[in-house]
Amino acid sequence: MNIKLLPRGVVLSGLIAAGLLAAPGAAFAGKADDTLNLAFDRELESLDNYFNTAREGIIVSRLVWDGLLYRNPETFAYEPNLATAWEYVDDTTLDLTLREGVTFHNGEPFDADDVVYTLNWVADPENGVKTQRNVSWIEGAEKLGDFKVRLKMKAPFPAALEYLSGPVVMYPNEYYAEAGPEGMGVKPVGTGPYKVTEVEPGRRFVFELNENYYDGSPKGKPSIGKLVVRTIQDSNTRLAELLSGGLDWIWRVPVDQAERLASRDQFSLVNAASMRIGYIYMDAAGRTGENPFQNKLVRQAVAHAINRQGIVDALLKGESEVVHSACFPTQVGCTQDVTKYEYNPEKAKELMAEAGYADGFTMKFSAYRERPFAEAMISNLNAIGITTEFEYLKYAALRDKIRAGEVPMGFMTWGSYSINDVSAITSNFFKLSSDDYAQDEEVRDLLEKGDTNIDTSVREAAYSAALSKIADEAYWLPLFSYNIWYAFTKDLEFTPTQDEIPRFFTAKWK
Amino acid sequence: MLIYSMKRLGLAVLVSLAVSFISFSLLYLSGDPATAMAGETASSEDIEAIRTLYGFDRPIMVQYADWLARAVTGDLGRSLYFNAPVTEMIAERLPTTMMLGVCAILFAIILAVPLGVIAAMRPNSVVDRFALLLSVIGQAMPSFWFALVLIVILNVNLGWLPTSGSDTWAHFVMPTIVLGYYATPAIMRLTRAGMLDVLSADYIRTARAKGLSPGSVLFKHALRNAIIPVVSLAAVQFGFMLGGSIVVETVFALHGAGLLAWESISRNDLPTVQAVILVFSMIYIVLTFLSDLLNAWLDPRVRVG
Repeated sequence: MNIKLLPRGVVLSGLIAAGLLAAPGAAFAGKADDTLNLAFDRELESLDNYFNTAREGIIVSRLVWDGLLYRNPETFAYEPNLATAWEYVDDTTLDLTLREGVTFHNGEPFDADDVVYTLNWVADPENGVKTQRNVSWIEGAEKLGDFKVRLKMKAPFPAALEYLSGPVVMYPNEYYAEAGPEGMGVKPVGTGPYKVTEVEPGRRFVFELNENYYDGSPKGKPSIGKLVVRTIQDSNTRLAELLSGGLDWIWRVPVDQAERLASRDQFSLVNAASMRIGYIYMDAAGRTGENPFQNKLVRQAVAHAINRQGIVDALLKGESEVVHSACFPTQVGCTQDVTKYEYNPEKAKELMAEAGYADGFTMKFSAYRERPFAEAMISNLNAIGITTEFEYLKYAALRDKIRAGEVPMGFMTWGSYSINDVSAITSNFFKLSSDDYAQDEEVRDLLEKGDTNIDTSVREAAYSAALSKIADEAYWLPLFSYNIWYAFTKDLEFTPTQDEIPRFFTAKWK
Repeated sequence: MLIYSMKRLGLAVLVSLAVSFISFSLLYLSGDPATAMAGETASSEDIEAIRTLYGFDRPIMVQYADWLARAVTGDLGRSLYFNAPVTEMIAERLPTTMMLGVCAILFAIILAVPLGVIAAMRPNSVVDRFALLLSVIGQAMPSFWFALVLIVILNVNLGWLPTSGSDTWAHFVMPTIVLGYYATPAIMRLTRAGMLDVLSADYIRTARAKGLSPGSVLFKHALRNAIIPVVSLAAVQFGFMLGGSIVVETVFALHGAGLLAWESISRNDLPTVQAVILVFSMIYIVLTFLSDLLNAWLDPRVRVG
């Protein structure tokens, strides 16, 4: 088949533009029959919250289940959800009071047994929860009363509330004991604002409004009657479906398509930041062998060489901005008050000369997504005398090579799994793991202190010191935050959030 | 004929083995399945645990032999991503792909054979030139692009046909045209060449001299002979249709085996990719084998040579 390796966006722009200009006003069925038609771009392997790893799984999870807490998407404050109150007994013990009068979609009443069962079940490694980092901090739970539970952690874990308000959702004990992950994967049961009524695995899911959804939930009462989610991989096909009325809502719209769509004023177009940031790392620790990046001046030269604002303005656009610190700005503990490197190729060249590389050097440079961004960076690097041998790989392959200590320099990205805490990013990369190309013990100690102390001010001071050292040493060059374009019918009222989790339970018809 | 058949069969088995081994090793080189399975946020310890659990740490030849031994008994393993038996998944999705493949090859034959015949009757005429143009475009145009052109015209602008999914017959119209068009040029060129050859043969002149009607000469005498190689080509093209469905299924969001292959590749779901490649190449090998036999049966010169 002719799968030409052409930049498809470029080839198709003209074509889609032609379609856009000529398209007649399509009739939308969504509002008329109270059904919101959506598309995901990949198949979910399972609807069971603990057995899928894709972003789409998080979206479904928020619809079908509730956590003990809820993170307000705007203020990032933790609000009561299935738990109405919580209190630290000591550094590793958390007591929670549960909400009364809540029922699961199958009629099973919610109480302490469900919480104890769920927490103990997911904490047991034998059960093979796929997203281990979401649950591996839990030691277990015990029942203190019908609506009171005690949660034990393996070690002090300040991000506990963050996880309890997100990925750790509550299952009905009786149903799950019988159905297990396989049953839950095709017939999910939760307490959430939507219940699942039809599942064709990988193809189509139908969600219907839970009319018994409890009063006082921080998520609010759902409004739209039915959500139909289909899987459509190709972004051009999704766009065509939106144009012809087959879909009411799409996201991850490429920027060129978004701009054209916006110009014709038939759909609402909204851009929102996501928690993902891009960064360049350099082999300061010499894991790949003797190399120029072991010299701090060379790393700083690279930091001055990359025109981050230029890439944001020309390629990312939208809500994206340059980031200076090795984390996403809203994350707890993430300070932007660190050494900043402005775009200054002349200064970069001086630093290169000072480091003894006036004539430059040749270096392997690897990336796995957004080739045009990588190419812009390559031309910036070339301008200060660094000749690159570019290597573009699939994510799994590149990550393996990185972990094996074989890639001296790379353009990578990290989405923090929407966890609004520095421990989900900086601690992942600077605690001497196989992902760590700095191998700085001082940074490790600071991060460890932040990760295991529940006093917020102590945490913030420790993280701030760690992030400052990372910036001073230019171990990483943080690049920019990503953004996402959402396009939907004008009949729909929908507000995207910064954590990249579309909340359809807050959407309404106008 | 028996010796010839056995020879072809032996060759088919060897080809199957070679295909399975090459696909197995290539996939192994393209990335570590353990990393893909564990997801972006997994630690190196998680990945190491998965690697040991699933046996990815064993030598590749051992893994291949193990896989082959089970494949022979019909057990193609479990999908790493869906945690379901691969055989079941393919069985569920193959009908969509086969349906698309059959429609596409029929579309190609119905379009290409008459065009080829007409082009041969009037070589270098306007019709012939037009047929040539059509086949050049068909050969050169990337199918994902053609698919989008059709979507823009037939769905977005005219609203006649649905774009994505496989719920009704209407969902298959655009995919059939896109996929079938890709097979059209080869069939048409071969029909034209065969017809030109045959039309200049002595027995056609004889038939004409006997005073047979032009239609009878064309269809009863000429086309019957010219079509023989086309039949075997169509069988091979049908195999191409199955492989080509990967792109078409992705664009039109058809829930078939091609889409499964495409998605599984990006997920490093090795057992699934291996199984789909195996099934597709088996179908291809069987089709080639059958067309060889058909050719030999229709044309004795083949089995002697």
